[in-house]
Amino acid sequence: MVPNQNTVCFRTMHLDEDVRHTLEAYRSIGGYTQWERILRERPDPNDLIEEVKLSNLRGRGGAGFPTGLKWSFMPRTGPGQKYIVCNSDEGEPGTCKDRDILRYNPHQLIEGMAIAGYCIGATVGYNYIRGEFYEPIARFEGALREAYAAGLLGTNLQDSGVDFDCYSHMGAGAYICGEETALLESIEGKKGQPRFKPPFPAQYGLYGCPTTINNTESLASVPVILEKGGQWFLELGRPNNGGLKLFSVSGHVNAPNNFEVPMGIPFRTLLEMSGGVKDGKALKAVIPGGSSVPVVPGDLMMDVDMDYDSIAKAGSMLGSGAIIVIAEGTCMVKVLHNLSHFYMHESCGQCTPCREGTGWLARVLHRMLDGKGRPEDLELLESVAGRIGGRTICALGDAAAMPVQSFLKHYRHEFAYLIEHGRPMAA
Amino acid sequence: MSFRNAPLAVDHERDKSTLFTAEIRAEIDAHIAKYPPEWKQSAVMPALTIVQDANGGWLTTELMDDVAAYLDMPAVSVYEVASFYGMYDLEPQGRHKVCVCNSISCLLQGSEELIEHVEHKYGVRPGETTEDGRFTFKEVECLGACRHAPAVLLDKTYHENLSPESLDKLIDELE
Repeated sequence: MVPNQNTVCFRTMHLDEDVRHTLEAYRSIGGYTQWERILRERPDPNDLIEEVKLSNLRGRGGAGFPTGLKWSFMPRTGPGQKYIVCNSDEGEPGTCKDRDILRYNPHQLIEGMAIAGYCIGATVGYNYIRGEFYEPIARFEGALREAYAAGLLGTNLQDSGVDFDCYSHMGAGAYICGEETALLESIEGKKGQPRFKPPFPAQYGLYGCPTTINNTESLASVPVILEKGGQWFLELGRPNNGGLKLFSVSGHVNAPNNFEVPMGIPFRTLLEMSGGVKDGKALKAVIPGGSSVPVVPGDLMMDVDMDYDSIAKAGSMLGSGAIIVIAEGTCMVKVLHNLSHFYMHESCGQCTPCREGTGWLARVLHRMLDGKGRPEDLELLESVAGRIGGRTICALGDAAAMPVQSFLKHYRHEFAYLIEHGRPMAA
Repeated sequence: MSFRNAPLAVDHERDKSTLFTAEIRAEIDAHIAKYPPEWKQSAVMPALTIVQDANGGWLTTELMDDVAAYLDMPAVSVYEVASFYGMYDLEPQGRHKVCVCNSISCLLQGSEELIEHVEHKYGVRPGETTEDGRFTFKEVECLGACRHAPAVLLDKTYHENLSPESLDKLIDELE
């Protein structure tokens, strides 16, 4: 048994499945005590931000930016409206953790949003939830109604003078809206096309007002951090890699699942918890942080620990914590084609290198799988990927390029074989 | 500033009480109330969803024009939104939507088998509707249900860990 499992975002998981999302259930594990303490004592927001900084909570959406530091960028005492926005537009292939927070612990997310709002001077919060999440949206909205009815949201809460309103905003099927400025555009009723930065959202965000955008898991971690202390959270993980992290293990494993475990847990342990590689096959490769990060060969991955620094040493990234396991016998050209097709489909079309390049990548890979690959295609793929990365407004371009470069680095022979023989090596 | 974020308010000079039904107007109004008064257009996505659901799952130009009038937006801005996001359909749809996820975790767990099975058994390619109008078949990108792959979104409900047989059973139960 891994210590401290399910003690942060998943701390309602041991409760009865039918009621664990309710206010009563959340109260039973100490929910809203931090928000009510804030309403009662009105602590200095800077002290709360320091606690979150101490915890080393890093953005759980994929970028890993320190949450407390992000909050400190907000001009909290400046004039005008400010906003806290939660990014529940979960859509990075392999990632399915925020959906379970919304379904099984929505109140903790609301409490986290309220606390974040207090820390950054925002009296309004929006939670952007992807449109396909009908059930999670219903759960979150049900929790909002309960929280309003209990006097935990609204104006002059419990006579504290503190206001906080919280709303859901439904998406409608666009991966790009997980990019924070595209998400803001989307809330403003427009196509989800990322904005140039600077200005950053902390200066010029939603409706032109200072705005902080955090991932669902990041915000849902906050109430526990304040309850048990930043030091406690930090020590759950490792220096510079604090806390527990939700890992979504999917693909070729016997028991795919979400696991909330200490940052730095050996990959080997997570693989065991997921029941090992499916059908007793050998481990071929792992995409350790969602589909956008570089692939790592299986033998190398077996010695990697799941934290930002260890995975970086193995040449990849922790990303969103989505671990995609690939068994021996899988055609890597086909896997890459699937990823490239995804980015082609989800490119917003704003920047030419991404709009055109993602299509080139997908079409060249499709041609290869069709048995019509050309000897020069490997260089063509590398050239196209190299011309997308770093040349676009947002990171989707890099996300489309990185898998191509890493697949060609580690599995070049499979691509060459397919081009030469017109059929996959693994088949 | 390299992007515009002022609301594009226009008055269409239409009597809003004649647009949609009272019920739909009330639903849209509940969304409008979430946003600053000058940012009615923030409600465009939920408004399109509500109107689409009430129209058998797709949006006509007239409906998009009505949404534009109701939210004081230029019609073209509504068309932009409706054509950008994948969950809006601008063509007539079947009575149900069967959306099979074909992103990486589902692919590794057999989503291609589901897709081929539906194609052969029901004679539809992704994007097409069965001849009897029962369902429109879609291949969609990651549904965020990776731990229970392969996953299908059937209308508004997720179904997970599917096989061709269990998917058939779901389709058989559709009216």
